[in-house]
Parts: sequence; C-alpha cells; structure tokens
Amino acid sequence: MSTNIIKINSLNKWYGEFHALKNINFKVKESEIVVICGPSGSGKSTLIRCVNFLEKFQEGSITVDGTVLSDDIKKIRQIRSEVSMVFQHFNLFPHLSIIDNLTLAPIWVHNKSKQVARNKALQLLDRVGIRDQAEKYPNQLSGGQQQRVAIARALCTSPKIMLFDEPTSALDPEMIAEVLDVMVELAKEGITMLCVTHEMGFAKKVADRVIFMDEGQIIEENHPKAFFDKPESERLQLFLKQILSE
Amino acid sequence: MAVFKQQASKKVPNLKIGVIRWLRENLFSNAVNSVLTLLALYLIYLIVPTVANWALFDATFAPVTNEQCGREGACWRYIIEKLDLFIYGFYPPEAYWRPQWVVILALAFVWIAKLLKQHKYKTKIVTALIIIYPIIASFLLYGGPSLEIIETHKWGGLMLTIVAATVGIVASFPMGVLLALGRQSKMPIIRFLSVVYIEFIRGVPLITILFMASVVLPLFFNEGMDMDKLLRALIGIILFQSVYIAEVIRGGLQAIPKGQYEAADAMGLSFVQKTGLIILPQALKISIPNIVGSFIALFKDTTLLLIIGLFDILSMVHLTSSDENWLGRSTEGYVFVMVVMWIILYSMSRYSKVLELRYSTDHRN
Ligand SMILES: Nc1ncnc2c1ncn2[C@@H]1O[C@H](COP(=O)(O)OP(=O)(O)OP(=O)(O)O)[C@@H](O)[C@H]1O
Ligand SMILES: [Mg+2]
Repeated sequence: MSTNIIKINSLNKWYGEFHALKNINFKVKESEIVVICGPSGSGKSTLIRCVNFLEKFQEGSITVDGTVLSDDIKKIRQIRSEVSMVFQHFNLFPHLSIIDNLTLAPIWVHNKSKQVARNKALQLLDRVGIRDQAEKYPNQLSGGQQQRVAIARALCTSPKIMLFDEPTSALDPEMIAEVLDVMVELAKEGITMLCVTHEMGFAKKVADRVIFMDEGQIIEENHPKAFFDKPESERLQLFLKQILSE
Repeated sequence: MAVFKQQASKKVPNLKIGVIRWLRENLFSNAVNSVLTLLALYLIYLIVPTVANWALFDATFAPVTNEQCGREGACWRYIIEKLDLFIYGFYPPEAYWRPQWVVILALAFVWIAKLLKQHKYKTKIVTALIIIYPIIASFLLYGGPSLEIIETHKWGGLMLTIVAATVGIVASFPMGVLLALGRQSKMPIIRFLSVVYIEFIRGVPLITILFMASVVLPLFFNEGMDMDKLLRALIGIILFQSVYIAEVIRGGLQAIPKGQYEAADAMGLSFVQKTGLIILPQALKISIPNIVGSFIALFKDTTLLLIIGLFDILSMVHLTSSDENWLGRSTEGYVFVMVVMWIILYSMSRYSKVLELRYSTDHRN
C-alpha cells in the first residue's frame, strides 16, 4: 500500500464571513489521479489552491509529502517546489519566451544550470508537441498550445504532485482534446494528480477517484465507475444529468 | 453541398497609392476636412515666412557688433559669441575638456553595452559600468585628488541643466521603484510610510521643495558644515521626482493580472525573485511612455533652478542679455534655448517609442 502524499484534515476556510470550505477531509495516495467536480462556486478552486497555499485557511491542517502547511514561508516554498499547478487561464509570463518560461523555476528555485534546464525544457516541449515554438512568446501561440506550454512548465521541476484547475475550460472545443491527450499521457506515468475538471470523459478514462463538491463540502466520492453509474446523493444525480445533457 | 479546391497562397497585393489619391483621401475627404486643411495652410502661410525671414534670410551670422546687426532679423552672432556661457556657464574654459570627457565616456559606455549583446558577462559588465560612471563623472566635473576642484557655483548653462536632469532621473528611478513597491507592500508600516511620503511630496510644487532645500535644509546642519548648494538642489529634485516615478510605476503594477503573481508564487519563487523577474519587468514595460513623460517634465522643471540662484541654460539668457555690448538680444537667446530644449526633449520622446517597441512582447503579427 502506497503512502498518503496529501492529507487534508477538517479543513475550514472562510472568505470574510462566507464559509467557503466546510470541514473537508480527504487523502490522496502517491500516484493517485483524483478528479474534483461540482457546480460553479462550490469551492473546488479554493480547495486545490489551499494545497499549495495560494489560499490561506483558518482551521484544520494540510500535510503535503510529510510537510505540514503553516505560515512558515520556508515550508510553503518547500512544498511549492514539489507541487506544480496548471491554471485555467495558463498564466504564462508574456514577457518571457516559451523556453524562458520553462527554465525559470528550474534555474531560480531548483538551482539547475542553464544548460541542464534548457535541455530538459526542450525535451518536455517535444513531449507536448511544440518544440519548434521554443523561441516564440506566449501571445504568439494558440490557447491550446499555451496550455500545453503551461503543462510543460509545470513539469519542468519534476514535481511530485500536479494540481490542475479547470485546465480546459478556457479553451475552444477543438483545442480541448490536444490538452486532454497530454494529461492522459501524464496520468499513465504515475505522477500524483489533483484535477478540477468537468471533462467527464477524462475522469472515466484515467481517474482513480472522483470527488463531488457542493456548497463548500464534499458530497460524494467514489471510483469513477460507481460515481457515474450509481450516484447516490440526489445532488450528484442532478449535477450529472445537467452535465451530460449539455 | 459544395466542396472547394485548396488554394495556393498568393503574394500580398501592392497597395501603394498615388499622391493625388492620398491627398483626396486624407486631406479633402469631406467638406469639413477640406475647410480645415485650407485653414491650416493659411496659418502656415502666415507664420512660416515671417519666422523664416527673421531666423534665416534677414539674420546675421557674420562676426559683427550688436549695432551692425540689423533689427529686422535675428542676430545669431550673439549666440555664437556667448555659446561657451550657454553651454558651460562660468566653468573655467581651460577645464572644458572635463565635461567633454564626461559626455564622451557616456557615449563610449553605451557603445560598449551595445557591443556586448548576448555576452556571457553582459549583466555584470553593464552593472559595473553603471556603478563606475557616476563616480568618474563627478570626479571629472568637480575634481578631487590631483585634479583641480571646480566649485559647483561655477557650473552653469546646458551642462548644469543636463547634470541636474540626469542625476534627478537616474537617482529617482530606483527610489521610485522602491516607493511604488512599498505602497503595495503587505507590511502596514512600510505601506504607511510610503503613502505618507508620496502624498506629502505630491502636494507640494517643485519650487517649494527647491526653496526648502536651499533655505531650510541648512538650518538642520551644524554651523560651518555647509552643504553644497547644487547638492541640496539635487536632493530636492530627487525627492520630488521619485514620487512621480513611483506613481507611474504603481499604475504599471496595478495592470499586472493576479494570475501572474499566482503563477510565480505557485512555482516557489521568493518575493524578490517574483518581483524582479516577473512583476517589475512587465510593470516597467507598460510604464515606459509615462516614465519618459515624467522625465521630460523634470527636464523642463530644471529651469526652476534659476530661482535659487543656480544658472541653468535658461538663466544664461538673462545673464548674457544684460551684457551692455549685446543689449536687446534676449529674443535670440530664448529662441536658441527653445530649440536646444526641443531637440533634447523630442529625442527623448522618440527614444521612448524605440524602447516601447523593443520591449513589446505582444508579438502579435
Ligand atoms: N477571493 C475571494 N473573496 C471572496 N469570496 C471568494 C473569493 N474567491 C472565491 N470566493 C467565493 O468562494 C466560493 C468558492 O469559490 P471557488 O472559486 O472555489 O469555486 P469553484 O468551485 O472553483 O467555482 P468555478 O467552477 O466557477 O471555478 C464562491 O462562492 C466564491 O464566490
Ligand atoms: Mg474554479
């Protein structure tokens, strides 16, 4: 049995008076692929952003790879150097070329030499199929290409955990597939993934577990087959109906 | 249903148009436009010949006295006679080589930096040059061990204007960056101090600050410890200018999307790395036009140095026109200063365009 790489214990988070996460408990094992879904505003982004401390929380604890998250900036940076994140809107750095976007963290956070970082970056760009764009700038690429660059950038530091926050929902339909393909490949390689997405096809194909959130709570979690075929709670049944009828 | 054949790419069509057509499309496209064009032409007709006659055709360049110069045209001889004063003030003529070398070195250093292009140690060398240059320049201008000291009250003219503006620009820039960052800081004390400083200085005109620097500042020093007047003025200018730079850069900082901070944070970059590698480069790039605009304003404001008894290029007009050999020639003086100022400021504004293009990473075709 593999170890729990992420442990979340009675996590509570408020935005001002608004209770955004209500007593969240869950664990992610090493190499596990967990998909989180739920209606808009249910707290999915808030939850995965707590894992790398982009959001502060008021109660409970999160342990990532044995390190307990706290206000200690050193610990936070330590965790962030092992956890990469892919955002809905890519968040590439527009003033840096693609290759510089990729080598930034390896050079400055992981103290890699320029040459080593560059080789690894080119290799990763090759893998996501855009090696020939290495010297271009983000705004010169299509949305799908930008998101693939963002994934390559996230992989450049050889993270143990990858967080995805709706990586395909800002993309045109014909670009969604190219990004999902890359993610499926990744999933097969044994990296731990925590993924907020509404791409149910992706969840069915690669997820080990699917979590359904609503109003800041985890309502239901199950293996994908049971999750989609025999949803127990009414809210999940309703949600799946809506999503599948789109 | 229809199926279309794939087409080969064609060259862009040649869209050049003739002069007549250009005129019609741009100057006489409709009635209002035509009237405005004619009006503008009439204004040009009124102004240009008069000015050209005065400044060129009726003007005197030959070596003559004030009386021999006509009154209908400009007497540029006066400018030529007084050129040294306009440029160097009362700086001793035998030491003119010193400011000249300051300029030559500046050009040489810029040239070196250009030559280095992608050199491995480029950043290090450029940083070294940037640190060394002010030391050499102030040594040359002021003097020191083994070089005769020339007090700053002898400095004047364009040289003084440029020294004041350059020092103001160069020193206020890093201070402005720090203030802008301070104003955004999460630490309440730093934020509070930055806001208080910025709002205080912004509420005061430069002339007041210059007066404070020249009259009030000495009160804080002990007897006998007299601080150089120019130095005091420079401190005033820097205090003043840094605030405007800070506000301009703050505008740039606010335009950076939250996602940029989050991506940098998520990578594990430290605050300094995030600021220096991700946030500032983008904020500065956006702010280039406003930064240059603010520098241009400062350059013009240096003419206020006259009020506290420092002789910048503009005050040289006052001074030289009271020379009894050249009475009544201040028009020529003011026109000359105007042209010099315009050339410098217009170059700055053109250079800002070049910078904008160079650092534009939109790269959309
Ligand atoms: N910075 C914030 N300040 C105040 N409230 C916030 C903030 N961020 C999120 N919220 C609120 O917290 C709740 C959860 O937001 P969150 O972004 O986690 O939802 P989500 O499940 O990711 O939704 P979506 O599918 O639309 O991305 C929402 O009701 C939202 O309005
Ligand atoms: Mg979200």
